[in-house]
Amino acid sequence: MEYVDYYKVLGVDKKATADDIKNAYRKLARKHHPDLNPNDKEANKKFQQINEANEVLSDPEKRKKYDQYGKDWKHAEEFARRGSFGERQRQSQRQYSNQGGQTFSGGFGEDDFSDFFASMFGGQESRGRSRQTKFRGQDYNAELKLDLIDAYKTHQQTITVNGKNVRITIPAGIENGQQIRLKGYGAPGVNGGPNGDLYITFSITNNTNFKRMGNDLYTTVEIDLYTAVLGGEVTVDTLSGKVKLKVKPETQNETKIRLKGKGFPVYKKEGEFGDMFITFSVKIPTNLTEKQKELFKELAKTTS
Amino acid sequence: MPEHLISTDDFCSHYKVEYSFINSLQQHGLIEITSIDQHSFIDHDHLKNIEKLVRLHYDLDINLEGIEAITYLLNRVKNMQAEIIALKNRLRLYEDKQVSDTF
Repeated sequence: MEYVDYYKVLGVDKKATADDIKNAYRKLARKHHPDLNPNDKEANKKFQQINEANEVLSDPEKRKKYDQYGKDWKHAEEFARRGSFGERQRQSQRQYSNQGGQTFSGGFGEDDFSDFFASMFGGQESRGRSRQTKFRGQDYNAELKLDLIDAYKTHQQTITVNGKNVRITIPAGIENGQQIRLKGYGAPGVNGGPNGDLYITFSITNNTNFKRMGNDLYTTVEIDLYTAVLGGEVTVDTLSGKVKLKVKPETQNETKIRLKGKGFPVYKKEGEFGDMFITFSVKIPTNLTEKQKELFKELAKTTS
Repeated sequence: MPEHLISTDDFCSHYKVEYSFINSLQQHGLIEITSIDQHSFIDHDHLKNIEKLVRLHYDLDINLEGIEAITYLLNRVKNMQAEIIALKNRLRLYEDKQVSDTF
């Protein structure tokens, strides 16, 4: 836990008046406010610091405490007990655990104060939040990691958000970076207001030999020289199983073929699939025997 | 009153904002207000957006003209972010040399 210099965060000196602080806060907030920087984690983090600094310095009582004990918070015994409470509470607020190893984070960061703040001021409610928590509940944001194979099939996952199990259906064909909204799964509303929503952004890792572009898949398949020249059959992996392919005689290196409907499922269109594009890579034989070399030489003579 | 609506008066009271501000937002075409029997209501689905506009005005001291410009720019940002994600996903295709050489 590190000391936070709130004056430095707002760019004001210790003699700053309430108006100086208000102006400095508003100027910085206009630059870093999450509403003006959607999906920007850095700006969100910066805004949390600015908001926290404003929370302390705009409140005469908090500012007095901070000026008096701030730098020596480590030695201020009167804050030690409160500090450990604040930290515990903060941790319990932050843990949005789940069963699949996904990471969850609260969306709008205004209630996410530093450990330093929690140790000095405990888990007090922020005055700045009053406007937001009067009716509609806060939204939650989460990131769910899937691999490409998971994204290929419609499946269900149970995730835990704030101790509540949520069973979600993930439609086949979900795209990397795509966001879905679960209406009403955010923080509860107050005064009869609706709950906030849960926004899940999918991060899809690909450990397969296929490359995905939209609904299409791309892969490269090696074929030996003899099959390329004389034609034949190869067995190719697709995400729906193995497929036997005919190779035409005299197939050139880097020949591309399309397997219709063997690509990725189209999101929310059951039974529709993209295509798979296969590139043949012709493998030149190595470690030839003397006899094979002779035969190639013979072959070469016939073309000259 | 349908469950998914909140009266504008209640909204103003909960969020401590002036009715005239909500009215101006509507006049600028920034929000939708539903009228039933000469009473005005806000749909719950629009609350998130209205909350944002309220924060811009009351917390950041931005006037209506500024909010209008910001709303337009934020829509552009949103579209550009969606395009960046699509392009990044497309770029993944070229990350592996073996595949990239063939397309």
